[in-house]
Amino acid sequence: MLTIAISKGRIYDEAMPLLASVGVRPTVDPEKSRKLILPTSRHDVQLLVIRAADVPTYVEYGAADFGIAGKDVLVEYGADGLYEPLDLGIAKCRLMTADRLGSSLEGRRVRVATKYVKTAQRYFADKGVQVEIIKLYGSMELAPLVGLADCIVDLVDTGNTLRANGMEPRELIMNVSSRLVVNKAAMKMKHQAVTEFIRQLRDTILTTASAA
Amino acid sequence: MLSEGRWLLPEGIEEVLPVEARRLEHLRRQVLDLFESWGYRQVMTPMIEYIESLLVGTGHDLDLQTFKLIDQISGRMMGVRADMTPQVARIDARNSHPDHPARLCYLGTVLHTQADHLEKTRSPFQVGAELYGHAGCASDLEVIRLMLEMFSVAGLANIHLDLGHVGIYRGLVAQARLSADQEAELFDILQQKAAPDLSDFFVANRVDPSSERMFSALIELHGDSSVITEAYTQLAGANGQVRDALADLEMIAQSLSARFPSLPIHFDLAELRGYHYHRGVVFAALTEGYGREIARGGRYDGIGKPFGQDRPATGFSADLKVLARLAEADAGLFSERTVFAPSVDDETLHGKVASLRDQGWCVISELAGQTATASDMGCRFELLKLPEGWEPCPI
Repeated sequence: MLTIAISKGRIYDEAMPLLASVGVRPTVDPEKSRKLILPTSRHDVQLLVIRAADVPTYVEYGAADFGIAGKDVLVEYGADGLYEPLDLGIAKCRLMTADRLGSSLEGRRVRVATKYVKTAQRYFADKGVQVEIIKLYGSMELAPLVGLADCIVDLVDTGNTLRANGMEPRELIMNVSSRLVVNKAAMKMKHQAVTEFIRQLRDTILTTASAA
Repeated sequence: MLSEGRWLLPEGIEEVLPVEARRLEHLRRQVLDLFESWGYRQVMTPMIEYIESLLVGTGHDLDLQTFKLIDQISGRMMGVRADMTPQVARIDARNSHPDHPARLCYLGTVLHTQADHLEKTRSPFQVGAELYGHAGCASDLEVIRLMLEMFSVAGLANIHLDLGHVGIYRGLVAQARLSADQEAELFDILQQKAAPDLSDFFVANRVDPSSERMFSALIELHGDSSVITEAYTQLAGANGQVRDALADLEMIAQSLSARFPSLPIHFDLAELRGYHYHRGVVFAALTEGYGREIARGGRYDGIGKPFGQDRPATGFSADLKVLARLAEADAGLFSERTVFAPSVDDETLHGKVASLRDQGWCVISELAGQTATASDMGCRFELLKLPEGWEPCPI
């Protein structure tokens, strides 16, 4: 049995066509069901639907053999104990800093609101900038508007939310797309099944890429 | 008033209660007996010592993992052992005959500043065996076989062996003339088998095309024994160090398969566990139901050098608490032969109690006036006075 941990929402939606191409179609719709373990059309594969930030944890403990997680999550929550063999090229966006239109951060200690605490700390430390991080769980764009923070670090897709709130994206921290992660013990103990699955997915991605 | 919180232990520090302690101690004795029967003599390393000697020749990671405090007598900094391996290497370097192989084993609690990612413990119960003074596959094979034997006495089945050789990566790095920073970055990429990041690395760093091809092959070189054959082809352009490493690995694998035909062996040439001190073969054991290796080891020649003797060394270590938990089979052992002796002043009863204890029974004496019954005390039997004398009867 191969178990894949995946989060609901954009990653799930964009991963489904990829998984379908290797014969994995969930037989239950997670939007309609309360089930957290989804059986699929391949009886040797099941899906766990969990929070995005929990994906690396499930895979590292071996509760799931595979996981599909954004590079942002892997960098923030630490994926040292995982294999990361494949860039699925889905759920693409950018992790960026953003602040209010026309504002300047010069000459003062900057307060940064983000849910990517470690990534933000490392980014500003590498630039030699001393910052204070304020951990938030959502609606980062609000923080500079109400004076809670001077800038934010968040995922930017179209940038519409930022513009609607009088903000603009500034510096690119990294490009984000979803990766396939693999539990180390599973790679070694179920080597054949695991590598075969990776190979099938890789072939699909290469065909899609060359078609596009 | 008692506060509930006052009795909480620090994060990652645990006490071991009777059932678990018994299992752990049972396992400890079995493992030590096994090691002794292979000629591995136990050493007991100090719990605490001066930081300079504790950390000499070890990496930055161990420094971070070590609790430190000031010695009130000498004013010097001391560290609590976070890994016994370097201490045992010192014992060998200072005490063994330079030309003779030495076999040592050790077992004890170590302390870590950072909790382990998966286990959440900061006080693993480290057990290990090391073989010094022989540079060659024979000693690597011996410690791998001893490790496998340890699992079998512990009652752990379904063991998978993972084999690699850090000489392959070292050889390729030397050939590609990578800087220390590049080497470190590439190391992280290989540890995560992050093929997409590897392509990005070669875009950002100019490396000659043949090395680039070989690193790209290396990240995929894992699987069954066909990997070795594949490696000879893919890494044909590599230097002698790489070819020697492959030959060693092949020889060890063949010998292990002959001896343990049903042991699944997985090769992973990009696995660089313990890279900073390992010099040759690296290995690990995995078992189903546990997300990562349960024991690991390898060759780490030269570890005794700072202590005055540069000797070859190979060995392995594991956390005995993890092994005990995975091997939980004999949980009921205690109560099976436990008997309750009533509080009666009778010479024949005292004699019976003594003889039962000699035969390996656990006899719990009733204390005058106690209200807890035999079964409350966890006994399966109680001593009753029958016509033929005092006898243990099932409750």
